[in-house]
Amino acid sequence: MEGKVNSACEACPQYNAKGLKKLGVNAENVDFIVALAGNPNTGKSTVFNALTGLRQHTGNWPGKTVTRAEGAFEYEDKKYKLVDLPGTYSLLSTSEDEEIARNFILFGKPTVTVIMVDASRLERNLNLVLQILEITDSAVLCLNFIDEAKRNNITIDERTLARDLGIPVVATSARYNKGIPELITTIAEVANGNIVCKPHRIKNVPENISKAVKKLSEEIKEQFPTIPNSRWIAFRLLEGDTHVIDALKSGELISQ
Amino acid sequence: MTKNDSINNIVALSNELRWQIGDDFHDNLAEGIYADASEIVNSVVKKDNEKSKFRLDARIDKILTSKIWGFPIMFLILAMVLWLTIIGANYPSSMLATLLLDNVHPALKSFATSIAMPWWLDGFLIDGVYLALAWVIAVMLPPMAIFFPLFTLLEDFGYLPRVAFNLDYLFKKSGAHGKQALTMSMGFGCNAAGVVATRIIDSPRERLIAILTNNFSLCNGRWPTQILIATIFIGAVVPNSLSGLASVGAVIGIAILGMIFMFFSSWGLSKTVLKGEVSTFNLELPPYRPPRFWKTIYTSLIDRTLIVLWRAMVFAAPAGAVIWLISNIPVGDGSIASWLIGYLDGFGFLLGLNGVILVAYIVAIPANEIVIPTILMLTVLATGIAGGEGVGVMFELDSASETGDILKAGGWTLLTAVNLMLFSLLHNPCSTTIYTIYKETNSVKWTTIASLMPLIMGFIVTFLVAQIWRLFV
Repeated sequence: MEGKVNSACEACPQYNAKGLKKLGVNAENVDFIVALAGNPNTGKSTVFNALTGLRQHTGNWPGKTVTRAEGAFEYEDKKYKLVDLPGTYSLLSTSEDEEIARNFILFGKPTVTVIMVDASRLERNLNLVLQILEITDSAVLCLNFIDEAKRNNITIDERTLARDLGIPVVATSARYNKGIPELITTIAEVANGNIVCKPHRIKNVPENISKAVKKLSEEIKEQFPTIPNSRWIAFRLLEGDTHVIDALKSGELISQ
Repeated sequence: MTKNDSINNIVALSNELRWQIGDDFHDNLAEGIYADASEIVNSVVKKDNEKSKFRLDARIDKILTSKIWGFPIMFLILAMVLWLTIIGANYPSSMLATLLLDNVHPALKSFATSIAMPWWLDGFLIDGVYLALAWVIAVMLPPMAIFFPLFTLLEDFGYLPRVAFNLDYLFKKSGAHGKQALTMSMGFGCNAAGVVATRIIDSPRERLIAILTNNFSLCNGRWPTQILIATIFIGAVVPNSLSGLASVGAVIGIAILGMIFMFFSSWGLSKTVLKGEVSTFNLELPPYRPPRFWKTIYTSLIDRTLIVLWRAMVFAAPAGAVIWLISNIPVGDGSIASWLIGYLDGFGFLLGLNGVILVAYIVAIPANEIVIPTILMLTVLATGIAGGEGVGVMFELDSASETGDILKAGGWTLLTAVNLMLFSLLHNPCSTTIYTIYKETNSVKWTTIASLMPLIMGFIVTFLVAQIWRLFV
């Protein structure tokens, strides 16, 4: 009964033949790393459980997950490590649980970051989404609690949202295992490079700031050509974040 | 150019640019993000406000978080959960006790005799280790199997943030963080879990307050003690028909007293060693969601219940062995246990307790769950009453009244019972919690304070209660 995939796909022999294998904590020799990020109480642990077959404690209150949980699943002969992160409203704050999330997205180098949002509270959730999209090039937006949004008479144009954000959007209702197969397929497509993301970058900043950011990030790119998120580092440096300077020095930010 | 040079170049450039763009960079960036978000939402989200269902949630919230009804409803829910736990756990508990203690234990004993096991090994393994495990399973499994699922259902429904909302004002008055209500609730399950949960509090000062005072949340290792003692002694002073009500009331009274101590000591800490401003925060009240009933029951049984039970067993087994050893290793003309009991009896009397209880609390540092069986076993040993299983054998008696008879023969009065309940609330955290506090604070000083503060409070409170009681009763 735990985390079953209940949809038409489940009955399909092809799906079952090549489909999902929950690997629990066995996360060795993985092909891809997938991070689960998002605001508190958006269903990250529920999705984590559905994909790995593990049983992270879930509950309807923000702040339940305070440590990082790791598990694994296999899909179409590829192994994925899945990392459940504590919920966070922003990547700019200071509490320890949020720092765990921020550090993993920045330094853990996930292949794909799944950003969970509460469909009924999209605008507030987008604050974090837009910050994460500054950092990473491959992400999937998981529009969770879509059934609740429907009940509240909120309709979301998923295709336009995907186009605006530049990443695939999957609507789910993870509590009831709806949309999970589609989520898995999308994660795989992004991880395998079949879907290429063109993430949205923050636009509404004054001219002088965007110029400064551009200048600094070009300088960073010149000095460290392999760095993946020079724009975000420029943002942080302009804010005077000493952690980023330390991370540059230790080489944590530079991908191999 | 070396790597350090290029980093210094970048830092220099960023300093120069920061100078040019002024200090409102952070605000500008944040505004930019919000502007982008609202642009996207405008073109993507359509809301039909006419028929919005948010109102039902708002209506429930109006009652559950109202100034008048918020607290009574909270206590009523707590009372119902406890009531179901206390009443419901009786039957499976006595069935398990019959099975494990009356049937399996004699069978193991006769098996040991049949293979000619030496008496000390037999005593150590079967009377020490096995009985400790059996007690933990019989007494702890049923209440946990009821308490945890009920609690998890409430959690799944979305009640916890409302509790935090209700208590926010009190925590703020005590100079603590409103989210401490959430870590307090986690502490009602397990204090170690409550201490880890304090990570949601961003201010180090307020987080430390939450860690130091989490022990005032009665954990599930202490609920059974409270319930048993309340049933035997408090339930007995009222007419039979009211005894269930009186016991539940006494247990809730202790739980609430714990919360009062939490506010009081948070206030004390924030006025002395942990001075500072109360930080503000946003608390999201998530929508109520119908709990997935069976799934919740299943996961909370498999995970929380069995994991906590496993922990209890891991600690109970060696403790059972220790009890058997200190009761059977002679020193002079008594056992280690009887010397210890005699030594602590005077101090125990001052606190309205006795030497047995204090020794039991020393033995039970690894796990609060084993306090009562240790007390019973040591009482039999110290008073030399015929009963139980023999010297240094941990046992559980079939009915609460028989347990009461043994305790009364050991010199227990209503005062002893009341003070034991108080001391069970106010003493050092278990060793797992102490270790967790050390890991979270990384400080010997704060770990020591967290361990000793409640113990000293326990001494003071039980001492005062005993003196006043003896003056007037």
